[in-house]
Amino acid sequence: MTDDTDFPATSGFNRRAFIAGAAGTAVAPLVAKAAGPVASTSPVQDPSLPVNVTLRVNGESKSLQIDARTTVLDALREHIGLTGAKKGCDHGQCGACTILIDGRRVVSCLTLALAAEGQQILTIEGLAKGGALHPMQQAFVDQDAFQCGYCTPGQIMSAVACVKEGHANSDDDIREYMSGNICRCAAYPNIVAAVKQAAPAISSEQKG
Amino acid sequence: MRPFAYQRATDASAAVQALAGAAADNNPLTEGAIQPLAGGTTLIDLMKLNVMRPRVVVDINPLAAAWSTINLEGGNLRLGALARMSDVSANPEIQHNYPVVADALKLAASPQLRNMATLGGNVLQRTRCSYFRDVSYDNCNKRNPGSGCAALEGFNRTHAVLGTSEQCIATYPGDFAQALIALDATVEITGKSGARNVPFAQLHKPPGNSPQIETTLAAGELISGFAIPGRWPRSVYLKARDRQSYEFALASAAVALDVQDGVVRDARVALGGVATVPWRAREAEALIKGQKFDDGLAQRVAEAAFEGAKGNKHNAFKIALGKRVVARALHQAAAMEV
Repeated sequence: MTDDTDFPATSGFNRRAFIAGAAGTAVAPLVAKAAGPVASTSPVQDPSLPVNVTLRVNGESKSLQIDARTTVLDALREHIGLTGAKKGCDHGQCGACTILIDGRRVVSCLTLALAAEGQQILTIEGLAKGGALHPMQQAFVDQDAFQCGYCTPGQIMSAVACVKEGHANSDDDIREYMSGNICRCAAYPNIVAAVKQAAPAISSEQKG
Repeated sequence: MRPFAYQRATDASAAVQALAGAAADNNPLTEGAIQPLAGGTTLIDLMKLNVMRPRVVVDINPLAAAWSTINLEGGNLRLGALARMSDVSANPEIQHNYPVVADALKLAASPQLRNMATLGGNVLQRTRCSYFRDVSYDNCNKRNPGSGCAALEGFNRTHAVLGTSEQCIATYPGDFAQALIALDATVEITGKSGARNVPFAQLHKPPGNSPQIETTLAAGELISGFAIPGRWPRSVYLKARDRQSYEFALASAAVALDVQDGVVRDARVALGGVATVPWRAREAEALIKGQKFDDGLAQRVAEAAFEGAKGNKHNAFKIALGKRVVARALHQAAAMEV
């Protein structure tokens, strides 16, 4: 299962990307140099220097200079300007940072950006196609499946994967397989309704 | 998080070579350790908390192609250490022949974490003891050997009642390990001098007087796979917890039975959420073998499984809860249609 073919065309300019990009150019002109290669491992890098990494995000290549400690979540939010994935707990407990990597839902706060190099990253910003909301996004609107909305991008990414995994067959099934996404406003009944609403469209798209 | 150097190993020999620089006392809780990175769900979490402070992180995920195979040939099960929890629990043959394995994996963590976490990393996950995870507490013998144990006199509702010592009562938090120890699994360990196989029951070390040493892995060694002999279609993983989903066990039981003509030929009972290490209740198992199963037997087995259990101020309830979990798991296994 991969979402590679689902990526939309480049969305072009946006304000957040501009601000973050402009800020990014000001930091760290130094880049780590290889310190003696070890056979078939990448070179040991100097931890005090930033490293080069290229991430594939929503179908686009993003070349970054980052600290090795940077998670995919921080790379998205602080370096690329995609703030859809949210930082809730930053410890893999709340699910607000859920994204898809190579079609699988993961928590981006516990994924090192360096370890995600070469993989297909899909965020909430890459879900809609040509201005039309993804069926799961539309279902969250239709079913009023949020209150404050902070957990919503993670809920939606998780819900898309939940359906594609075949775990949206009953209310109990949805509750169990959406349990990695916490909603502090407790919109759970409406989230279950939204997943049920969107499931047939996503399943038929997957088969077709 | 402390700064670290990131290295990516492209194959097993490169990974072993990268880890070979590890000191003999390669304690990942101290500065200077070389630490492999697989799913990262424990490592990155504990690095953010400054509990784990490696100087080098060796990304072994490129080994996944070679180390994530699932093989059921010859009536045995072999699992690669880099197989992801979600992929193993979703395997229909494992669900059918080893429900205790599939369910232990399925009932752990969240879908996102199960997509990330590997089997090898899962069995090595660290305790959830809040005093271990919070470096503002100085007295944790696991983090700071000889500093004392804040949990003994602290809030210890989730702590262990079996396998404890005066130095540490931290619970081993995993589920999958209970299925492995119940089914007499072996663990394949790869290091500088090749691979070795040891009984899974010998992988973890109870805290005793050195709670900082949690396993028998040598410095620089990696878990490369697991093997389970035979098939166990009549097996159950039952987990009692504070929430219905996405929570660690307060008490759990991995139970496997071999019943022929109404008589239990072989029985396995392992306990989770209540002990400091993956816990096999061998004395309790001995009571069942050769017997006809009934409720009285289930109750005696449950009593025997918790013989010697020692509660602290807030966790003594786990002894009563754990017995009921064992009895119910036995009933469920006995009633299975296989």
